Amino acid sequence: MAEPQKQMRKPKETGVPDNKQYMHPTLVKNHGNWKYHDRPRPGVLHHVSHSGDQVWTVRAGTQRQMDVHTIRKLCDIGDQYAEGHVRFTIRSNIEFMVADEKKVAPLIETLEKNGFPVGGTGNSVSMMAHTQGWLHCDIPGTDASGVVKALMDELYDEFRREEMPNRVHMSTSCCEINCGGQADIAIIVQYTKPPKINHDLVANVCERPSVVARCPVAAIRPALVNGKPSLEIDEKKCMCCGACYPPCPPMQINDPEHTKLAIWVGGKNSNARGRPTFMKMVASGLPNNPPRWPEVAAVVKKILHVYKEDARSWERLSDWVERIGWPRFFEKTGLTFTKYLIDDWRGSRANLNASTHIRF
Amino acid sequence: MAKKPHDTPNLDALESGPWPSFVTGLKRLAKDKDSVVDLLGHLEHSYATRKGYWKGGTLGVYGYGGGVIPRFTEIKDENGKPVFPDAAEFHTLRVMPPAGMHYSTDILRKLADIWERHGSGLIAFHGQSGDIMFQGATSENVQKAFDEINEAGFDLGGAGPALRTSMSCVGAARCEQSCYDEGKAHRMVINSFLDDIHRPALPYKFKFKFSGCPNDCMNSIQRSDLAVIGTWRDNIRTDEALAKKWFAKHGMNELVNDVVAHCPTRAIQLKEIKEVRKDAAVSAVAVNDTHALEIDNRDCVRCMHCINVMTGALAPGKDKGATILCGGKRTLKIGDQMGTVVVPFQPLQNEEDYEQIVELGQKIIDFFAENALEHERTGEMIERIGLANFLEGIGLDVDANMVKAPRSNPYVRTDGWDEEVAKIKAKKAAA
Repeated sequence: MAEPQKQMRKPKETGVPDNKQYMHPTLVKNHGNWKYHDRPRPGVLHHVSHSGDQVWTVRAGTQRQMDVHTIRKLCDIGDQYAEGHVRFTIRSNIEFMVADEKKVAPLIETLEKNGFPVGGTGNSVSMMAHTQGWLHCDIPGTDASGVVKALMDELYDEFRREEMPNRVHMSTSCCEINCGGQADIAIIVQYTKPPKINHDLVANVCERPSVVARCPVAAIRPALVNGKPSLEIDEKKCMCCGACYPPCPPMQINDPEHTKLAIWVGGKNSNARGRPTFMKMVASGLPNNPPRWPEVAAVVKKILHVYKEDARSWERLSDWVERIGWPRFFEKTGLTFTKYLIDDWRGSRANLNASTHIRF
Repeated sequence: MAKKPHDTPNLDALESGPWPSFVTGLKRLAKDKDSVVDLLGHLEHSYATRKGYWKGGTLGVYGYGGGVIPRFTEIKDENGKPVFPDAAEFHTLRVMPPAGMHYSTDILRKLADIWERHGSGLIAFHGQSGDIMFQGATSENVQKAFDEINEAGFDLGGAGPALRTSMSCVGAARCEQSCYDEGKAHRMVINSFLDDIHRPALPYKFKFKFSGCPNDCMNSIQRSDLAVIGTWRDNIRTDEALAKKWFAKHGMNELVNDVVAHCPTRAIQLKEIKEVRKDAAVSAVAVNDTHALEIDNRDCVRCMHCINVMTGALAPGKDKGATILCGGKRTLKIGDQMGTVVVPFQPLQNEEDYEQIVELGQKIIDFFAENALEHERTGEMIERIGLANFLEGIGLDVDANMVKAPRSNPYVRTDGWDEEVAKIKAKKAAA
């Protein structure tokens, strides 16, 4: 083994590359000197610099999980219309910058002709932030790219228009860790049964003390099962979060029937108006139903529809609920408020109503 | 030509509809790549049985301990042989993007060519931590792919209990709200801690994120251990021409209902021009011949709302820098946590100012490495030991901006009170 190691190439520990070498020249020239922007139409941003320079940005949706042919197609479009530079947004939209307004219309036409919807700006429903799912994650309860594809097909028009009261950010997550993050509307796996333990494998696969330590409610303890060192779960304590599964795959939390989906609303990342907020669970028990998850799509669309009709301009989903109150949110969306939505985790009493503020 | 495709009725259903289809993309790759033929079979099996079938492992590149996410198939036949042998190893390389995710088409083509040669041809722009994710290499090809990606000027990101890949917004490159050079801070900070990225040795993950203004487009308060968010100390700037242009288009109802009424601290008032206060902390701008907006900057919490609505007419001040928050994280294990203010204002005007973020990062990472329990994030650590102890540990002074309100219970031993007051007063007098 010593011989081949000598030939191994040492990594160049270069870290984050310098972004200026890839940046559109108008952006480099006006770096830190922008004055204002407006949006001539959905999917297009127009920025004006103090220098008088202008740049138009055309934003388009992608599938995030891209094959090299799609990437090359986007590069062709970038070469033809956008001076050979692009960037990506946090929600996997691609942006083409052009210094010449005349290039905007043909760029939009070419993108849409090639199947890339132009939109995702301003008060639209932007592309959903999503995770890896069945395609590539080691602990997923559901898929990610498929859920997003199915949902974005349904929300296609809302991506291409700016007709919502304020921007709508959405996310999906394939387990309760929620890598998808906080969003106005989020779809997250919710396990409903304690893990089934494969006692034959625990001793060989899992470091038992760290699995015990991982449980948020101390429901796991070491045990000898069939003469082998294993683990056992106090099923009365277990709240089915799945935290034990990543460090110990024999704690099988995933199940085709009992892995459900929950809908959360009202997360806000921005500090605009109120402080940032965490989202709240408003529905659960939805079936994990590939390939198009129609039950989930129906709930998401209902919430979006009511928000669109009822919220005032500039109200994010959380602002809207703050005005109308949770009882009316459930009434208007037709969702059912159950005991499972009353927080009982640590600090939960801060979420209870300690006032006479009640809307009638 | 690759081998014959598997039947994929579930995935086929994701080819219809207007949104770009990842399945169509995978099928195009599967024309030439056996590995993608089997990846589609693997994924179809998940759709049919509603379960995932990848397991992790340990795999890396020479010289590094992290940055590769190994994936081995768990779909095996009765003899333990993989049912989808060409996708039996399907590893991911996490690669750090340039700050702001800017690319030339040349470099994108180069990266695509490398991944077509050594991997499946499937790339995600980008993963949730910000990495470019090159998905689908065999164990043998991971090193070859990395060598070429590395020669192209890119480096592996973080995985496991390590400093993670960072993200920054488009910021100064194209946004008028930007309050510092996000790309510079991002690159300077992360490139100061490459050893902590490439050789995982922390209690758990540690994330930096950089947003140029309080709109926090990187969601850094909720997603990072150290959130650097642009802000300013002086008055909101105004531009009368743009304010009048905005008012002419939107009118009085929108000005009142969408701007004035949404101010969270009632710092904005609509006034007749002749009644506008003359005061060093007041920003005022006429919207027509009779009326003006008056902002008391002492009451303003820099939330960005009015600036977002009236971009250009109102703008961040010139005394710019960042508010730094520590301890944001996702659910496991104690529930979601947002970051807490640890530095109310860090000026970011010159090189030394930027160096101070690196120094603060170093102090916090060192403290985290020494004091966090295994698999504990900074937010959980702060909850366990208390913010006051954390601040003492990293050498920062307490500040009333760090709390929403002072404590509401008496359960604290205060026999050091007089000493603390004296210490704080002496420090203030010396400053």
